Amino acid sequence: MTPDDLLYSEKHEWVKVDGDIATVGITDYAQNQLGDIVYVELSPAGTKVTQMSPMGTIEAVKAVSDMHAPVTGEIVEVNDAVGADPSVIKSSPYGDGWMVKIKMEDPGQLDSLLKPEKYRELTGE
Amino acid sequence: MELKKTPFHDRLVELGGRMVAFAGFHMPMQFAGIVEEHLAVRTDAGIFDVSHMGEISISGDGAADYVNKLTTNDVAALDLMQVQYTAMLNDEGGVIDDLLVYRRKFDYLLVVNAVNVERDFGWMSERAPEGVKVRNLSDETAQVAVQGPGAVEMVAAVCDDDVSGLGSFRSMGATIAGVQCLVSRTGYTGEDGLEIYTGSDKAGAVWDAIMKAGSRPVPIGLGARDSLRLEAAFRLHGSDMDETTSPLEAGLGWIVKLDNGDFFGKEVLLRQKAEGVKKRLIGLLSEAKRFPRPGYGVWSGDREVGRVTSGGFAPSLKCGIALAYVEADYAKRSTEFQIDLRGQRTDAKYVRGPFYKRPEPE
Repeated sequence: MTPDDLLYSEKHEWVKVDGDIATVGITDYAQNQLGDIVYVELSPAGTKVTQMSPMGTIEAVKAVSDMHAPVTGEIVEVNDAVGADPSVIKSSPYGDGWMVKIKMEDPGQLDSLLKPEKYRELTGE
Repeated sequence: MELKKTPFHDRLVELGGRMVAFAGFHMPMQFAGIVEEHLAVRTDAGIFDVSHMGEISISGDGAADYVNKLTTNDVAALDLMQVQYTAMLNDEGGVIDDLLVYRRKFDYLLVVNAVNVERDFGWMSERAPEGVKVRNLSDETAQVAVQGPGAVEMVAAVCDDDVSGLGSFRSMGATIAGVQCLVSRTGYTGEDGLEIYTGSDKAGAVWDAIMKAGSRPVPIGLGARDSLRLEAAFRLHGSDMDETTSPLEAGLGWIVKLDNGDFFGKEVLLRQKAEGVKKRLIGLLSEAKRFPRPGYGVWSGDREVGRVTSGGFAPSLKCGIALAYVEADYAKRSTEFQIDLRGQRTDAKYVRGPFYKRPEPE
């Protein structure tokens, strides 16, 4: 289930790198653990975020959890489709369920993220 | 401590249950998803493994008087095989547990919360007068709940006895798949339905018979069990009340019968009744997109008047709902409430009684 072409944070965000733009979402493992996601609140485009700081919240039926920025930079785009219908996170966590695009300040931070095999280990996949 | 497994454990895993540790048991949090399961119970029927619940039998000469002394409701009012919701208090009037009492021919069966079995059994055993026998049947008893508008029909289809005529809070002996069961018209979902008790050793056959029926219930996990009970405004012991809260504070005055004999904790309740309680559990409904969660502050204007004890998204109502303790003076319809939803104080509406009421049968 865990795609090979992505990087992962220990807090279960995934990162897809394209030049200095990082597309970020939450992993299939994370959405499955959270249960049904009812509402997602994301920091708007233009927000500066630092690695590991909260940049949004995910409201599931049972609990609310923070979503963290896996890298430092500026949010340049937010996926409005996720806000309108969070079920897309369940149906397509690595595709249409992406959440934000961050223009990275320091691509060197990517080295601190987990490779797919490490993330699989973390989640016992 | 190693987790206990119920007799249905392997079946639940096979059905895709995501298993978690709960009250010392390995139990399913969800199957298809909390919302989907929740709505299945509201529109058709769901099946719950509730074998983790505790069953304690009280029998012998004086059993009726003793159960009456242990609990706040009036046991003497029970017909044979009738069921009663009640509470058991400590000497300070705090709720040790909430429970169901079944009056059977040879004993009273007390069905208690899984996390409280040891505490309850200890309390009941220590105080039992001579001649009264208290037995913990929890390990040898399995329990299945089938809940929803279609539930009774589904069970009736596989049952040798006619359970469809069973009245609310009534129970009967019934045979399913050759296995003797105790069946009651009770539940923790706000829907019509049945709860079925049987011996752990033969319980699998009962489950299989229900699940092989033509139209069968959907398996339901702990997640939807919690969202269903919250919509019905049923209290959860350990969250909405505990040994430091009285049933009067918890809004359970209707199960407290102060004029029917003595019970543990009665003195404190009489005093509370005379002087008035300091806090009260109320229901709050929020239309905000952030949902109320346990621990969130409840405000009225500039004053923090209480705290949420249970809260979340209500799948049938599509909004946030909560149970909260507030200062008693504020526990009324005319109060304007706000809940602090992670830094945003947002208006919430006082709701009396259940948030969700099932439609009247046609």
